[in-house]
Amino acid sequence: MRRLLGGVTLAGLVAGLVMGFGIAPREATQGNVQRIMYLHVPSVWVAYLAFGVVLVASVVYLIRRSDAADQLAHASAEVGVLFTGLTIATGSIWGKPTWGTWWTWDARLTSVSILFVMYLGYLLLRGMIEDRERGARFAAVLGIVAAFNVPLVHFSVYWWRTLHQPPSLMKPGPGTMPAIIIAALLVNFAAFTLLYAYFVTRRARVLGLEAEAEA
Amino acid sequence: MVWKDLLVERRSKETLNALFFFSLLLLFVFQFALGPDRERLAGTLPGLLWLGFILSGLLGLGRTFVVERENDCWEGLLLAPGDKAAIYVGKLAGNLLLMLVVETILLALFGFFFNLDLASVLPALAVVIVLGTVALAAVGTLFAAMTAQVRARELLFPVLLLPVEAPVLLATVKATEAVLLGETLGSVAHWLKLLAAADVVYVAVGVLTFDFVLEA
Repeated sequence: MRRLLGGVTLAGLVAGLVMGFGIAPREATQGNVQRIMYLHVPSVWVAYLAFGVVLVASVVYLIRRSDAADQLAHASAEVGVLFTGLTIATGSIWGKPTWGTWWTWDARLTSVSILFVMYLGYLLLRGMIEDRERGARFAAVLGIVAAFNVPLVHFSVYWWRTLHQPPSLMKPGPGTMPAIIIAALLVNFAAFTLLYAYFVTRRARVLGLEAEAEA
Repeated sequence: MVWKDLLVERRSKETLNALFFFSLLLLFVFQFALGPDRERLAGTLPGLLWLGFILSGLLGLGRTFVVERENDCWEGLLLAPGDKAAIYVGKLAGNLLLMLVVETILLALFGFFFNLDLASVLPALAVVIVLGTVALAAVGTLFAAMTAQVRARELLFPVLLLPVEAPVLLATVKATEAVLLGETLGSVAHWLKLLAAADVVYVAVGVLTFDFVLEA
């Protein structure tokens, strides 16, 4: 089952790369730089998905006290932080030639980086508590606080930046994108989602085995 | 509950003195770090003010459960009859009071050192400060209970609290900036709503999850 998931994920990623870097046309104004979107946008999606899963798994853990929910939350947070990091990195690489700078306090950059440090703190908390049960409880509480904070972060950062400057220009509305680009993007979305599922199941299993070995 | 409150206040005498001195030192540090140029300092004032609030808040809030831990009363907290949420609310009220006192002092010091005319903007400023402080204290109290029994808690507490408070900091600094420029509260209504929403969310999550933090 896990093998199968891994195989399908790999196939999806390869297909996504071929679609994004081979078949999809070169974007007229930005050139090849635009192709990083095929990695960047699915990464953000996976990051948000992962943090959503952390919230659900945390609530389930607090109610049911099932170790599986705790391991799922832990694994999902790790993968989420990874993909948030990927989002920031790919965004930076895209921003250098397009905006002429690696970093700017643009609304979306800011909110993603706040998410990044928030869940990095979550992982830090997990690492610092030796008692497994207590660590799981505290992490679940933090996972819930952090998730409820996401909309607050979003709005505050949005108002913070965009009251004084127009929204970023590079938002490609779906209407203006050719079908082939949308198709390439969708393939990558699917592939990244599978990759997320693969990572999380593997990681949760390792965490489960670690817990077993310790017990 | 009320008894808890009183306990916190009685203790806060020692915390309060230290925090008062700390905020005075903060002002000195800000001045030394940025130079005596009034013009430049004025531009950064809202940020400095909230930096001061947050730094003293980190110290004050981080000590929320120190008394219980040092005096081995932690079990007493756990075994206390009734709803654990009451303990949270009590601690929160105590923290809120402590922080507001420190913030008042800090504000007066800012007014004195930076030659601000605070009287005219005080009511509006008070609204912003109270809304922001509730948000700070609500999460701070919850996290303080979590980190109280963890090693390296002095380190972990700010590391957890600061990212979560990022939206609150953005909102309060922006609102304070507008208020200090003499604008009405209406012009920053969206920030106040955000702060109010943060207050409600944080306190609600705190009340609902505190039970799990204080489990044996």
